[in-house]
Amino acid sequence: MPDFTRRFDVLIIGGGNAALCAAISARRTGASVLVLEGAPKFYRGGNTRHTRNMRCAHDTATQHLTGPYTEDEFWNDLKLVTQGHTDEELARFMIAQSKEMLGWIGEQGVRFQPSLGGTLSLGRTNSFFLGGGRAMLNALYLTAEALGVEVVYDAEVIGLDIGDGVFLSAQARIDGQAVTVRAGALIAAAGGFEANIEWLKQYWGAAADNFLIRGTPYNRGTILRMLLDHGVQEVGDPTQCHAVAIDARSPRFDGGIITRLDCVVFGVVLNKHAERFYDEGEDFWPKRYAIWGRLIAGQPDQIAYIVFDAKSLNAFMPSLYPPITAPTVRELASKLELDPDRMDATILSFNSAVIPGSFDHTILDDCRTEGLTPPKTHWARPLDTPPYYAYPVRPGITFTYLGTRVNRDARMIMSNGRPSANMFAAGEIMAGNVLGRGYAAGIGMTIGSVFGRVAGRTAAMTVRN
Amino acid sequence: MLDLTQAANKSPLPASGNLAEAERLMTICNACRYCEGLCAVFPAMEMRRAFTPGDLNYLANLCHSCGACYYDCQFATPHEFAVNVPQALAAVRVDSYAAYTWPRFLSGTFQRNGLTISLAAALSVAGFMIAFMALNDPAVMFGTHVGQGAFYKIMPHGAMVAIFGAAFLYSLLALAMGFRLFWKDVSPNSTGAVSFWDAIKDAGRLRYLDGGGVGCMNESDKPRDRRRLYHHLTFYGFWLCFASTTVATIYAYGFGWHAPYRITDLPVVLGTVGGIGLIIGPIGLMLAKRQRDPAMADTSRAGMDVGFIVMLLLTSLTGLLLLVLRATPAMGTLLALHLGFVFGFFITMPYSKFVHGIYRFGALVKYAGERHD
Repeated sequence: MPDFTRRFDVLIIGGGNAALCAAISARRTGASVLVLEGAPKFYRGGNTRHTRNMRCAHDTATQHLTGPYTEDEFWNDLKLVTQGHTDEELARFMIAQSKEMLGWIGEQGVRFQPSLGGTLSLGRTNSFFLGGGRAMLNALYLTAEALGVEVVYDAEVIGLDIGDGVFLSAQARIDGQAVTVRAGALIAAAGGFEANIEWLKQYWGAAADNFLIRGTPYNRGTILRMLLDHGVQEVGDPTQCHAVAIDARSPRFDGGIITRLDCVVFGVVLNKHAERFYDEGEDFWPKRYAIWGRLIAGQPDQIAYIVFDAKSLNAFMPSLYPPITAPTVRELASKLELDPDRMDATILSFNSAVIPGSFDHTILDDCRTEGLTPPKTHWARPLDTPPYYAYPVRPGITFTYLGTRVNRDARMIMSNGRPSANMFAAGEIMAGNVLGRGYAAGIGMTIGSVFGRVAGRTAAMTVRN
Repeated sequence: MLDLTQAANKSPLPASGNLAEAERLMTICNACRYCEGLCAVFPAMEMRRAFTPGDLNYLANLCHSCGACYYDCQFATPHEFAVNVPQALAAVRVDSYAAYTWPRFLSGTFQRNGLTISLAAALSVAGFMIAFMALNDPAVMFGTHVGQGAFYKIMPHGAMVAIFGAAFLYSLLALAMGFRLFWKDVSPNSTGAVSFWDAIKDAGRLRYLDGGGVGCMNESDKPRDRRRLYHHLTFYGFWLCFASTTVATIYAYGFGWHAPYRITDLPVVLGTVGGIGLIIGPIGLMLAKRQRDPAMADTSRAGMDVGFIVMLLLTSLTGLLLLVLRATPAMGTLLALHLGFVFGFFITMPYSKFVHGIYRFGALVKYAGERHD
């Protein structure tokens, strides 16, 4: 247990990628560093545990990346996915910094590997962690501890003492004891509020009761709330988040990657009234997977069913739960407790609207529907080969975008527009600065690493001056 | 409202039965794939969507128990999915040893394997002691013998060759029959390519006892495990000892040169270097075994590992003692001890952890072929 009577140079709240990059960078800049992680040791690191790659710009192919990914291309991708809802200055700064990150992260003991099976489309842009996000975290913790960073688990921060934009101390509950932690600077890297259903309900109403949370139950946003209440400027739309369609049978929290389903493009998606509601073949799945969480959140009871037939059973990545199956559409409807007549009618009208084409899931093919609302614009094939299959799906929330506004030093901006003297933020708690909406795979880790490293270095220098 | 828990016919929660548990885990892992770069098990898993018992036995024997995937897993206990691949595959692996045992009625030897091995060793040592005492005059048994043929004053060369030759040939037969069952199980179609040279390189370097380059994990999440080094000492020590015996046989039959040999003669040099490896290696492996994180260990079968390691250790220890004390009256007793342990080791090869090398090599051969397909 650290000596809490002393004053640390830098206090970091949180224990994921952003927190550890900040801790290592602050320590390497000469600061004494304390990390307070709210979760127990196994669950340390928030959503980083569930990540697998980060998106960094690079000018040439590397041992693990199949080709160059320039800053301009990265910026264009970000502009596209956010539909322009981003802070260009910060985003371009992050992209420029991301170039150094692969090397820097590697120096902290993290290892990379070529893109995983089934993720070929990311092989050029995204660097995959050998062993996944928890392996990455383990390496960062080993390095941080070897450098002398002190880490306390199960350390819940219950109060912040902030006066006029200056952090003074934090109150934490550790081993049932309330302790006051004094530090010269604060780095908040404690994630979003996605695990706080009550908070989600402020914006989503009762629908939030049907949301599944893909990551840790510890991301309750308590630090974000305290900071906003203490006059830190808010950034981002509170309803925006990274949300995908995941198997409705998943646990409420922490189901992680294995509950996702990659089969939307191969079939049709029905709501509880057995009706289609969106173009399943709009674009390639890696470009569309992150919209389906919100789409299903907008459907009655926040439930939907991906329905496909025997032709497609082995066409996509396997997932945790087996599909529900039946020899006929009507029997499948009964198993799903949908109205068999309506489901039968929906499938029939879909089938008869399909125009014959040559199916190829690797291109935007010519298999589409005609005269159907909503249309299916690619990969449309009639559902006519039994048995029939369905996966029930619900919105799976990865993380929320509401956050604290920061500048390019990762320094928090107060509501009066002035930068805080000694408060910094990194990771999902400030992701909304860059991500106004939408998502591109691996960008959360880029935000965490880049702003974590900047925050650690700047905080350490601020304290030493 | 649809009861979604009822709709799932495969639960993500722990299953009963080792194969069922391994199948549950491979279904989880195949949907995740984060560990793909750590070893051969996960890429081999990705070549499949469903897992037959033969597939699971293959994957289990491919697993080197390096432990990296346990500490890297976001779904390990205490997570409700309770993923623990090293432990689950270790359990399937030992079950597979029993399933492939030839003849069938000896498959129970893997149940309480530590006891089996100790009994076999004790009986074997006792057999040699009693036979030597009964057949030799005490003056010969406890006398001092030097020069060529000294050992054969205690036990005639012909008898030695007959007994050990028979034991060795029997074990080879039993191992071959076991391997046949293994191969039929994991490669029922046997149309797949195989690659011996790649497998020899992978086994010779223990490529997959390395956590994908980070190193192995044994007692904690820190990759400071040295089992790879200890296994190299054991494995190459064993082969050096084997080479020593082979050279000695060639000397005896080809040139009429009989043991004991001079310290500088090839059989003694090979045997000594190998024997030292075969002492340090097993001790290191034994300590690593004791330090292993209990969360990962398949503790119910620990006797098999201990039995095998101790057999290797006692074989090399008595061999080296025999070398040092061969010109003293203790030679007769040590010879009985050493030959007893060697005989016990030979005869239990098909019924001890020795088989892990055979089946793992077979799995590597299959994997090297699959990788090229």
